[in-house]
Amino acid sequence: MTSILISALSQGMLWAIMAIGIHITYRILNISDLTSESAFALGGAVVATAIVLGIDPILATVLATISGGLAGFVTGFLHTKLHIPSLLAGILSMTGLYSVNLRIMGKANIPLNMSDTILTKLSDLLGMARDRDAAILLGVIVAVIVIVLLIWFFNTEFGFSIVATGSNDQMIRANGVNSDLTIMAGLMLSNALIALSGALVSQYNGYADVGQGIGAIVVGLASVIIGEVIFKNKNFFITLVGIVFGSIIYRLIVALVINLDFISANDMRLFTAIIVAIAISLTTFKKPRKVKSHD
Amino acid sequence: MIEIKNIAKTFHKGTINENRVINDLSLRIEDGDFVTVIGGNGAGKSTLLNLLAGSLEVDEGHIYIGEKEVTKMKENKRAKYIARVFQDPQSGTCKDLTIAENMSIAQRRGKVRSLKKGIYREEKAVYKEKLKELNLGLENRLEAKVGLLSGGQRQAVTLLMATLVKPELLLLDEHTAALDPKTAKTVLDLTNKIVKENRLTTIMITHNLKDAIAMGNRLIMMNHGRIVYDVRGEAKQKLEVKDLLRLYDQEDAGLSDVMLFG
Repeated sequence: MTSILISALSQGMLWAIMAIGIHITYRILNISDLTSESAFALGGAVVATAIVLGIDPILATVLATISGGLAGFVTGFLHTKLHIPSLLAGILSMTGLYSVNLRIMGKANIPLNMSDTILTKLSDLLGMARDRDAAILLGVIVAVIVIVLLIWFFNTEFGFSIVATGSNDQMIRANGVNSDLTIMAGLMLSNALIALSGALVSQYNGYADVGQGIGAIVVGLASVIIGEVIFKNKNFFITLVGIVFGSIIYRLIVALVINLDFISANDMRLFTAIIVAIAISLTTFKKPRKVKSHD
Repeated sequence: MIEIKNIAKTFHKGTINENRVINDLSLRIEDGDFVTVIGGNGAGKSTLLNLLAGSLEVDEGHIYIGEKEVTKMKENKRAKYIARVFQDPQSGTCKDLTIAENMSIAQRRGKVRSLKKGIYREEKAVYKEKLKELNLGLENRLEAKVGLLSGGQRQAVTLLMATLVKPELLLLDEHTAALDPKTAKTVLDLTNKIVKENRLTTIMITHNLKDAIAMGNRLIMMNHGRIVYDVRGEAKQKLEVKDLLRLYDQEDAGLSDVMLFG
């Protein structure tokens, strides 16, 4: 039982970064960005290829993060400059990236269990017996850094502009902001975080797989929504912490469900999709009516 | 001074739906002029405002703000000179940000957004004072999300935002049309006050002929993408609603959307 808990905790922490990335596009920019699926795999592909080439795992993880930002840039370019609808732009990126990921990796799967990763480094440093324990610590460290940076960023002039673009791009243009730029920045930031998460998860799993991003967006959404249900506060800090908890809770649910006799691991995607469908419909049903004051 | 020279705009050019919305239109607006614009649906009023603001690009002609030609300038660049209040109260503000944050965005209209703090404590004090002048009790709700405000409150805040940095031109596109009569009056009074205090050059579209006569120092009527009537000063003050209605008849403009108040 403890091992299930620890596994859920460590996986939840590492996937939480991805969910935070999803939050930026889905909730802040109001775009359902499917680039996420391939950006997650891209992060794994880049980190694994780099590590196998002998690059330091920390630097490899940074490279993976940057590669995700580039993926977001491509989607942003398709959407804002070529005027392709955001959903389709994401699908195009996702589809194209699949081939790019295979090119980077050279094969569909790269094992990492013989190589040094961020996790082995961290557990060696702290003298930990198992890499899984290091995963939780690493997840906490990365989550704290990401949350602090995001809170700072979204309280800057540029951060305000991104939030405003998501809820009202007419308003932000009328106030002199190039909304193409803010959309682009949001997509890059989101996919950079998603690729970072993909890179961490690959190192945790001990391999990178070209298919590891399939269904990622739904997992991310599930975490975002579980977080919103638990923490109803709309404060940005609480929202982000809520997503981390949402991600961990999602992993716990998965761990419990997968132990049921009549459910096999193959059913998980269907199960997740159903959870998200129910959760989204519940949150929209429950949404309090807009408060209208009389003046 | 705003100068529009022979501008034209056609929608769906080269198709069966081709629609010449603005037709060789020229207009010169002096500094401090407050122009009300009337005309039937499809007369080209909103298109004119969109062309001025840069949300749409002209097919022909030139637009100058002061000495500067802005004909090809993008909307977000032009925002440095132009402030807008839209018909939809939701359009002028961001519902997910607080009142103070919205105002901070307007305070930086036309400036590059950096990674500096989005809002400073001293700014909030200024915004509080400005909000107090609205007399809507909003000065105590600086940290409230704008999405919680009523339509009238949102339009009032948008008006205030439009004038935090004095624009060369203020565009009001039926900004009270979506409000109930009482709120509409509050917002119009506020409009008058803000325009006068800041001596703003203003263009206001309205379907309310009474307002069109009562407000501003110049009235323009549009039809089929042209200015068909242009009156100012004393002659404008003497106008009555029935005079304008007769004009509508003459111009075979649809009466359906003319609001008959008074």
